[in-house]
Amino acid sequence: MSQGPVLELRGIDKSFGPVQVLHDVAFSVYPGEVTALVGDNGAGKSTLVKCIGGIHPIDAGEYFFEGEKVQVNGPRDAAALGVEIVYQDLALCDNLDIVQNMFLGRERTSGLVLDEAMMEEMAAKTLAGLSVRTVKSLRQQVSSLSGGQRQTVAIAKAVLWNSKVVILDEPTAALGVAQTAQVLELVRRLADNGLAVVLISHNMNDVFAVSDRIAALYLGRMAAQVRTSDVTHSQVVELITSGRSGELGLRNGNGAAS
Amino acid sequence: MTTETLPERSTSESAIGVHVKGYVERVRGGELGALPAVFGLVVLCVVFSVLRPAFLSPVNFANLFTQGAAVTVIAMGLIFVLLLGEIDLSAGFASGVCAAVLAVLLTNEGWPWYAAVGASMLTGAIIGTVLGTLVAKLGIPSFVVTLAAFLAFQGVLLLLVKGGTNISIRDETILAIANNNVPPVVSWVAVIAGVAAYAAIQFVKARRRSARGLVADPLILIIFRVAALAVIAGVAVYVLNLERSRNELIVSLKGVPIVVPVIVVLLLVWTFVLHRTRYGRHVYAVGGNAEASRRAGINVDGIRISAFVICSFMASIGGIIAASRANSVDPNTGGSDVLLFAVGAAVIGGTSLFGGKGRALDAVLGGAVVAVIQNGMGLMGYSAGVKYVVTGSVLLLAAGVDALSRKRAAATGRR
Repeated sequence: MSQGPVLELRGIDKSFGPVQVLHDVAFSVYPGEVTALVGDNGAGKSTLVKCIGGIHPIDAGEYFFEGEKVQVNGPRDAAALGVEIVYQDLALCDNLDIVQNMFLGRERTSGLVLDEAMMEEMAAKTLAGLSVRTVKSLRQQVSSLSGGQRQTVAIAKAVLWNSKVVILDEPTAALGVAQTAQVLELVRRLADNGLAVVLISHNMNDVFAVSDRIAALYLGRMAAQVRTSDVTHSQVVELITSGRSGELGLRNGNGAAS
Repeated sequence: MTTETLPERSTSESAIGVHVKGYVERVRGGELGALPAVFGLVVLCVVFSVLRPAFLSPVNFANLFTQGAAVTVIAMGLIFVLLLGEIDLSAGFASGVCAAVLAVLLTNEGWPWYAAVGASMLTGAIIGTVLGTLVAKLGIPSFVVTLAAFLAFQGVLLLLVKGGTNISIRDETILAIANNNVPPVVSWVAVIAGVAAYAAIQFVKARRRSARGLVADPLILIIFRVAALAVIAGVAVYVLNLERSRNELIVSLKGVPIVVPVIVVLLLVWTFVLHRTRYGRHVYAVGGNAEASRRAGINVDGIRISAFVICSFMASIGGIIAASRANSVDPNTGGSDVLLFAVGAAVIGGTSLFGGKGRALDAVLGGAVVAVIQNGMGLMGYSAGVKYVVTGSVLLLAAGVDALSRKRAAATGRR
């Protein structure tokens, strides 16, 4: 691509005690593109994402953001760079409303007092910018929202902060057909707005529907990072299940786990 | 996007109708709010005043406030702990220990009242810090930590009052808290100023919101709220300002008990903290989803510890009020039923034992219900045994309503 990656990882190792989960992983994310991160259960997708988000410290390797080497020591560092993660369990508070959730931990105040009007206005603008028209009132409690609406709120929360990289952990896993389409449309729109989007998914249809690139993890190693248009459905499945597919993938084929 | 509802930005619909409809929908969906407490309060008051007309007398009305004050204040602090889904079983004896500290310093050591009150409140804050740290940092369940503290504080209280003697309090200022009244003129000025301030705040807020193009409360609703507050406060102050002395030639007894403004100020402060500050928002967030709060960068342990500090601090104020009312501190101050009444008050008021739901006002509503039961059953001549059974049943009923409304909320997709 003409543009360099906004986020680039090189040689990432990560162990939990005696178990090495990530081996020498390289991963790049480009602005304006959806990068699908695929891999079987236990391949290390979630761990990789948590390393990016600063939840897990990395044991070895380099973290580049917009071409510069950075240290990410916690979720706040990642957020300061403009990296936002939407977790599978969404991390929303059921007992708070949409605006309160979107600003959770980053509330706007005027003096000591919360500036509710400003927060509501900003939240409304963000949702309008994403062409979200599915919520009745911004003051609805999250507990009253459907799965798709919750996902929308979680994604809107992530883009509210002029973030540059948004990572979505299986956003469609628990959704029905119509809501999945809705969320995928939203994912595409994020990328079209110039954000770098990482989409973790098990669903090949979703991956091929919205992604520009596919990165396949196999037993903690990056099997391949390819353009979606260059590969077929079955090649990706092969990469996920055996780590290689023809010319693509790991050279020795077995990514000696743990 | 698909065809779900479009945002309602128009205010063309009958504004009041929308609010009423929204409220009914919420109640049907299991968000009962203050409804059970208000309903219970009305029913209890009607029943008691029919059975015992003395219940409605101004003397008894004033008694209700002084009887319920300590429990209400302790409950207000407990709400912070309950909001996090934790419990503080030691709040009762913590209030007793703080009261004993006050009494020992005042009577035995001869400290001035402000220094003794300060030391008592500081004791409360320290107790809360220790409890909160054990819960948040060591991860011991709050049930166990505070159960241990419950027992230990009972012992500390015994040690402070030297094995069961009764320390009487003679300081005029401290005694005034639960025994003296506000001059009638001052209370009327305060009511008028309070209602005016409330109206101004509501009105300015609505104006600001509509100026930004956000949905604001309709004027008629604001007028209704202000009127309701004015009527309730006005009637209460009017009744309390009636002469309640048996023989007013000997001593005149009228005015709002001083504990009432104390409770009102505490209510305003904690309501402001919970609903208007970042800290309060974080308390609700941690109670709703601690993991989400942690990921949002909220210092979850800090919030936990602070909730216990507030709880024990409020317990110390409750202890001071109890000491003032009893004119003394003994080994049972803050003991026996105080804690259960306080937890009961919070839950009856509508605070959830599951965390994430509750308001400072709940303590006042629930505290009123508990005080009315105690007072009314006392007038009826029932023994302490019957009172305990009834109060226990009401607590169970309130917790049942809480659990059922959660189920209801889950069934209607509100959870």
